Amino acid sequence: MQHLATFFVRFIFQPTLTTAFILQFSTARRQTAMPDTIPSLHNRAIDNLRFIRGTMERASTFTAVPGWGNIGIGVTACGAYLLARDKTPEYFLAIWLAEAVLALTIALASMSRKAQRQGQHLFKGPGIPFWRGLLPPLLAGLLLTPALAHAEQIALLPGLWLVLYGAGVCTGGTYSVRPVPAMGACFMLLGTIALTLPARGNEWMAIGFGLLHIAFGFAIARWHGG
Amino acid sequence: MAESAQKKKQDKTTRQALAAIQSLSGSRDEALDSLIHERMRLGLISALAVNESLTFNELKEILATTDGNLSVHARKLEEAGYISCDKYFEGRTPRTVYRIAQQGRDALNRYLDHMEALVKAIR
Repeated sequence: MQHLATFFVRFIFQPTLTTAFILQFSTARRQTAMPDTIPSLHNRAIDNLRFIRGTMERASTFTAVPGWGNIGIGVTACGAYLLARDKTPEYFLAIWLAEAVLALTIALASMSRKAQRQGQHLFKGPGIPFWRGLLPPLLAGLLLTPALAHAEQIALLPGLWLVLYGAGVCTGGTYSVRPVPAMGACFMLLGTIALTLPARGNEWMAIGFGLLHIAFGFAIARWHGG
Repeated sequence: MAESAQKKKQDKTTRQALAAIQSLSGSRDEALDSLIHERMRLGLISALAVNESLTFNELKEILATTDGNLSVHARKLEEAGYISCDKYFEGRTPRTVYRIAQQGRDALNRYLDHMEALVKAIR
């Protein structure tokens, strides 16, 4: 009788109890774990997609900087130099501001055309860091111009414009093809010289916005798709 | 009551997510390509997907990794036929250039499909 009781407890009652416990515990775990696992899978999937997108953006170069557009800007800058030669500082300022508007129009039109041809978007993907690098120094130039003109320091403007434009092209060009940051560095160097010799402002502007644009424009058009 | 409704909703999303995974290839193990699921290899193949070719140094800079780590992962992808590797000398300097192969592009597209399906199913 005692053997029968021991057998019952050891081989029937205890295993049943243990199985019931395991079943109940594992069901409870499954019920709590599954909903937690799926949102975590969801988060990991989103995280992976973000990682892929980020890597692709970092690895892409913004190739929509236009070579022919740069040459166009260079040619109009040479025209502006001829118009502003031996004129009053106010006339010089007006001519070069008009040239800036014209150059911006040429740049945007040619960039958008090149971007379209290459299947890129001007303000998406690698275009975003390019603009983020380019715009702040240009905005600084835009803000400092009236301040210096008001203080009758127009002679300092060519150096300032060249340095700030160069800084923008240099930082924005980090995400573009190699000649672009190199062009930015040349503008900064020229701007530094222009700030030390401000009397020849119109000439420095012609060398920078005219000749440098034409030279680097040819390089970009020749080796980086037009 | 609210707890029960939330639980039902979570169960539904669970079923949808599993269905999304299984519908892609029948089983979860086959659905995810473990070779490119690893972060470094995923980064490597993503970077090559948007460039015709990248040098070893360019990849090292983009992925912010070491020479040893990059070469180990690149070799695994190369052995699987996902990328190709060309070595040559430019003057006296050795250059290593990587390109994505069609097989690698397909694998990345499949992986992206899986991730997107997973996100859509649980949304």
